[in-house]
Amino acid sequence: MLNLRLYMAQRLTALIMVPLVLGHLGVMIYAVQGGLSVAEILARTQGSLAWFLFYGTFVAAVAVHAAIGLRVIVFEVLGVKGMVLDLFAWAVFVILLGLGARAVWSVTFAGSFL
Amino acid sequence: MIRPHRTHPLWFAFILHRLSGAALALFLPVHFYMLSMAITDPKALDGFLQFTDLLIVKCAEFGLVFLLAVHIFGGLRLMALEFLPWNPRQKTLAATSVALAFFISTSFFLQAV
Amino acid sequence: MDQPEQLLDVSIWREQNGEGHFERFQVPRRENQTILDIVAWVQHHADPTLSYRFACRVGMCGSCAMMVNGAPRWTCRTHVQKVVKDNRLEIAPLRNLPVIKDLAVDMDPFFDKWVAADAVFQPSKTRHDPMARIAPDDAMRITASEGIECINCAVCYAACDVVASNPEYLGPAALNRAWTLVNDSRDSGQDKRLHAVAQNGGCHNCHAQQGCAQYCPNELNPTASISGLKRATAKSFFGRSE
Repeated sequence: MLNLRLYMAQRLTALIMVPLVLGHLGVMIYAVQGGLSVAEILARTQGSLAWFLFYGTFVAAVAVHAAIGLRVIVFEVLGVKGMVLDLFAWAVFVILLGLGARAVWSVTFAGSFL
Repeated sequence: MIRPHRTHPLWFAFILHRLSGAALALFLPVHFYMLSMAITDPKALDGFLQFTDLLIVKCAEFGLVFLLAVHIFGGLRLMALEFLPWNPRQKTLAATSVALAFFISTSFFLQAV
Repeated sequence: MDQPEQLLDVSIWREQNGEGHFERFQVPRRENQTILDIVAWVQHHADPTLSYRFACRVGMCGSCAMMVNGAPRWTCRTHVQKVVKDNRLEIAPLRNLPVIKDLAVDMDPFFDKWVAADAVFQPSKTRHDPMARIAPDDAMRITASEGIECINCAVCYAACDVVASNPEYLGPAALNRAWTLVNDSRDSGQDKRLHAVAQNGGCHNCHAQQGCAQYCPNELNPTASISGLKRATAKSFFGRSE
């Protein structure tokens, strides 16, 4: 049950993510060659403001986008409504934002204070 | 058994978009948690990354990349449908999204194995 | 001439006072038979208590719409040979609407949503004003004309999964009509209408499954109209862009 605000938030975050997803797919196709390791990943991302901004924006946008998307599914398929529906959507948003921010921080600036 | 009124291509495009989105949303917390292990437990993460060298895992990753690609290309088709003048070739566009997604995920797979 | 009469195995939904089930009938097969012919035969020869709706029986009024083998169709325009599978047919009342009796549904919710979508013409002139001049090649008029052949048969409403899963959703027909009025330059109620279609049950719930376009017997495309409403409401989201 989307109203105009939720609808626009979802479409706008989708638009923001278009270049980010395409970039991420490109990075994955490139990086997966020859196997993955923590050292390889960190060598690219650690201390990098660019990657921090790239994935930071990605995480923020996907948290909003996925929360609204799951909200619609849960409403249409399970019939959840009202306050419970709102709480569910906020919970998804907070979990994705929290875990995502932690992940971005972990691979960019977390190690630089050690 | 799919209900009879749903057996047309654009309904399949819809369900593919919905299922890929839901699957990605469920995958993300796991993905984020694993990445955080780069700091909290890098040895375990390295062990896990080695495990991902297995062919079966690469096939699963192919699936994930496909889901992401099909979700974004399908989403682009939807946003074009909504914000640009109406294009009557929706079935063609839907098929193109799936084809592009296969292309991307196959490229990934070939690089990965 | 002495061929044994072929009998069709037909399941018809019977419902009264909220309780329903399928009942099977053996109906003689004829050449050029429509589903409406089948239903009429059952009521004439097998069970006079069967309730159903029809009017014109020539595909103009939309009264005979029912679910035929799971798909919403005009029964007077559905030939048996096109839809019969393994000699079986399943006929049920239109989906997504309350059943009054057997194959007759209550169309009130459908029309209530028509009004809720503000799909009602709001005049801007009186009979004393000169007639509005609309050129036939006016772009907005062409857009409006693409959607005005709707005869409110509710086939699209029955086809739509969003209607099925969201009781507040206004539905393809009401929104399609609202769009034709958005494009009617004589209408004076645009702000109110855009507001009406942007509410919780409004146009933004459409997932573009296009079951409506797939099944509309008049070959309309409510999804395209709803996309137009999405554009119009998005513009108003960012402030007027006229």
